[in-house]
Amino acid sequence: MGASQTHSAYKYQDLMTKTGFSLEQIKNLHYRFRQLSENNETLSRENLENIKDLADNPIKKQIVEAFFDKRNQHQNEMGSFEEIGFEQFVMVMSHFRPPTPKMTEEEKLAMRKDKLHFLFNMHDSDNDGKITLEEYRKVVEELLSMSGDIEKDTARGIADAAMLEVASTNVPNMGPDDYYEGITFEHFEQMFKEVEMESRMHVRFLDVDTRTIHS
Amino acid sequence: MDDPQASLEPTKGNSALFKLNYPRIQIPLEITLWMLLASFAKIGFNMYHKITIWVPETCLLITLGLIVGSIMYFANEEPPAVHTNTVFFLYMLPPIVLESGYFIPIRHLFENIGTVVWFALVGTLWNSFGIGISLFAICQIDAFGVHDISLQENLLFASIISAVDPVAMLNLFEDVSVNEQLCIVVLGESIFSDVVTVVLYNMFNFQAKKEVVKATDVLLGIAEFLEVVFGGLIFGIVFGFVAAFTTRFTSKVREIEPLFIFMFSYLAYLIAELFSMSSVTAIVMCAITMKYYVEENVSQRSCTTLRHVIKMLASISETLIFFFLGIATITTEHEWNWGYILFTLLFAFVWRGLGVLVLTLIMNPFRTIPFTFQDQFALAYCGLRGAISFALAFTLPDFIGRKNLFVTTTIALILVTVFIQGITMRPLIGLINIRKTNRNLYTINAEIHCRLMDHTVAGIEDICGQYGHFYWKDKFMRFNDRILRKILIRDRRAESSILALYKKLELQNAMLILDVVSGDISAAPSIISLYEEKKSSSKPNKLLAVEVKKMHDILSKNMYKIRQQAVSFTSKHALPNDSQPREIVIRRHNSIRRSLQSHGFHRAVKTFFFLHVPDVQENMSEVVYPSRTPSPGPAPLSSPLREVPSVHDRGKSGRTRHGMSRTSSSYSDSHVPAPRRHSKSSTSDKNSAGNFREPHHKAEEPEQQQRPLSPPTAWAAEPKDNVTQHPLLRQPQWNPKKM
Repeated sequence: MGASQTHSAYKYQDLMTKTGFSLEQIKNLHYRFRQLSENNETLSRENLENIKDLADNPIKKQIVEAFFDKRNQHQNEMGSFEEIGFEQFVMVMSHFRPPTPKMTEEEKLAMRKDKLHFLFNMHDSDNDGKITLEEYRKVVEELLSMSGDIEKDTARGIADAAMLEVASTNVPNMGPDDYYEGITFEHFEQMFKEVEMESRMHVRFLDVDTRTIHS
Repeated sequence: MDDPQASLEPTKGNSALFKLNYPRIQIPLEITLWMLLASFAKIGFNMYHKITIWVPETCLLITLGLIVGSIMYFANEEPPAVHTNTVFFLYMLPPIVLESGYFIPIRHLFENIGTVVWFALVGTLWNSFGIGISLFAICQIDAFGVHDISLQENLLFASIISAVDPVAMLNLFEDVSVNEQLCIVVLGESIFSDVVTVVLYNMFNFQAKKEVVKATDVLLGIAEFLEVVFGGLIFGIVFGFVAAFTTRFTSKVREIEPLFIFMFSYLAYLIAELFSMSSVTAIVMCAITMKYYVEENVSQRSCTTLRHVIKMLASISETLIFFFLGIATITTEHEWNWGYILFTLLFAFVWRGLGVLVLTLIMNPFRTIPFTFQDQFALAYCGLRGAISFALAFTLPDFIGRKNLFVTTTIALILVTVFIQGITMRPLIGLINIRKTNRNLYTINAEIHCRLMDHTVAGIEDICGQYGHFYWKDKFMRFNDRILRKILIRDRRAESSILALYKKLELQNAMLILDVVSGDISAAPSIISLYEEKKSSSKPNKLLAVEVKKMHDILSKNMYKIRQQAVSFTSKHALPNDSQPREIVIRRHNSIRRSLQSHGFHRAVKTFFFLHVPDVQENMSEVVYPSRTPSPGPAPLSSPLREVPSVHDRGKSGRTRHGMSRTSSSYSDSHVPAPRRHSKSSTSDKNSAGNFREPHHKAEEPEQQQRPLSPPTAWAAEPKDNVTQHPLLRQPQWNPKKM
């Protein structure tokens, strides 16, 4: 096993530089990956959907889809995978790293943009670079789907209001004939102008070897 | 103000027509007069905005007390001894802590709970022991002549003066928009340090009686501490739930709803006192637990009343305490010991500063957003002492030999911190360039995405198999939705926060309109008194009819404003600030304008926005938004705002009229917290719907008319989409020909 050890250590190195995780974190993630994929090389959607705890999550579908979305791989590709390997898995996870105090301003901005892109991609399921009203509605419906008996109309109403809000803040003087195509990434960013989302959108990846702790 | 006034004896056989019975009313009269005096001073104070910026209100109160105290001193009178242990702990302290607990922003608190508890608990302990031990060391030096103060007494004293009261600083932080983490830590620390202080006080009080402290005493002390705090927590939570549960059934007795809340909180406090648990913790936990559920169950008016009264009581208590502080400064017997006092001041600063530094150092790695040095400085510097310290010192038991010295020192410390630190804080904060806040603008989008992020992160955590902050939060929210809400909230619907926010925004918007119209929002409920809730809505009609012109001006651009709400950390002297309007613009319906133009109607069109008000009593739900023809911009949001183009009306008058279709649908059902009301309102709606149609047709004239308000309805259902235009979707334009 020596060969595979060094091989994986080498691969980890690569991943480490690409994603910014530490070696321990990557090892933990790999362990988890193997668990989820039942020791296969690749992970499929079913593997993720079978996670018990995820069942209660209202936006489970979007989250799972995010893993298979090529856009989250920083490769400037579009479309989606059928199955993903460990590398892709870690790449997606890297969107959730917390900002560290040692980062420079550019790095912080880059990270923020990264996270925003992730969210944007979650909405924009048809890859056209815009969040249309339909897509937004869908997300809001899903989001509210588990909070009791919210009628479809409410969710729609809320999505509409939100959309209109974006429209009015970004395109203040729409004439009567204009319509708002959809939320572009710039507008999306604008939405978060005053929200500190880097800290909301982070997972504390464990550094210690958790093999013995969780099942 | 002593007993001198005897009743005038009737002379000459006149019957005693003119009697003065001062002693009977002496105490209540004095308290009332003091309160009035302090309140007048506050009014005067707040007129000069410049002063309020620089000088915290507590300074003012103390100064006032000093003045009155000097007057009394020179008049050789004794202040009445109202300030006993019982009075303080049973009557004055509960309102203050209730207010702190009630208005603390819960979400922020729980996000930072680790830090808050860490600072409060460990910080206060650090301060107490640090100051106590160093003072004891000083006492050993004979030169100061305080050799006789034992360690226990020193510790007791130190615990008194480590209670910080930085709430005055919050006002300042708000003004300067300091980042929220700091605000919440400051706020949380003040509450929880009160808890710790009171517990320590009681403990050390007990210990001080003994001559020698054994090791077992220390362990016992620790165990007692834990027991007391957890006991208080449990009592608080239990009473909180009971209160919430009770409010579920109070819909018929709205007038006394706030009473339940107060009684239960106070009961929590008293019962905890009964069992010698930490009553402060109990009442704080009670407030935190029940706030969320209670505010959903009670009527809007009760909610307002509740908030106002809590603030008022807390304000009274605190005013009285500070006032009395001023008086006591002049009138009590002081024992001045330069050495002790100066060293106390020194140690208080030093230990606080050190404490903050060390604690932050330990805690920062665990925080998502670590504290910078500026934050730490602000935290250390804002450690003002206040009401609690004074009251505790004043009510020290008499067997403490050096009680007067302690009182003097405490007063000196309070005066120094409040005046010097209070006044210099503002420029210093400005200088140190502290991290400012990212206020969460409570726009719909922000709320949606915050939720989205929370769920996403929870999902990712599940995928990673790692349990974090969000896991527990998610779990709790699920538990809350499934179980707690069903038990404690009247309409049993699990409601998402997005929805709640939406309703709140709508309601606030309605209030905004009425506010502008009638000039003072608080007057509106008083006009519509509790007794009028059964009557029809004649009053609001008159209001609006009178203020037509004003409405025109405001709504001249057909803007429908929703208030955005910023989270604000409230000071003791201000209500939570939900009233800063920043607008989200929602524009008028595109098609209406088109149809206007196409039919040559260059006049106003009535648009009715029906807002749901949780409680019918408010009678301010419907607001009419007249609009002018040359309206710019795309269409307004029809669906959520219940702008309901009536299908019937389309056939008439060129579809420029929007009637009300009070289709009560299941949708509206689900959002009426008082479902019983719904049926009432829907029938009355239909009646007034009829009424509306009449004046409608008459209103062909160019002026905009006001529509009478009708009793509030539930949210009318959104008509199906094939009827309304949506501004955001490219749909076939409204065809004027279509009938």
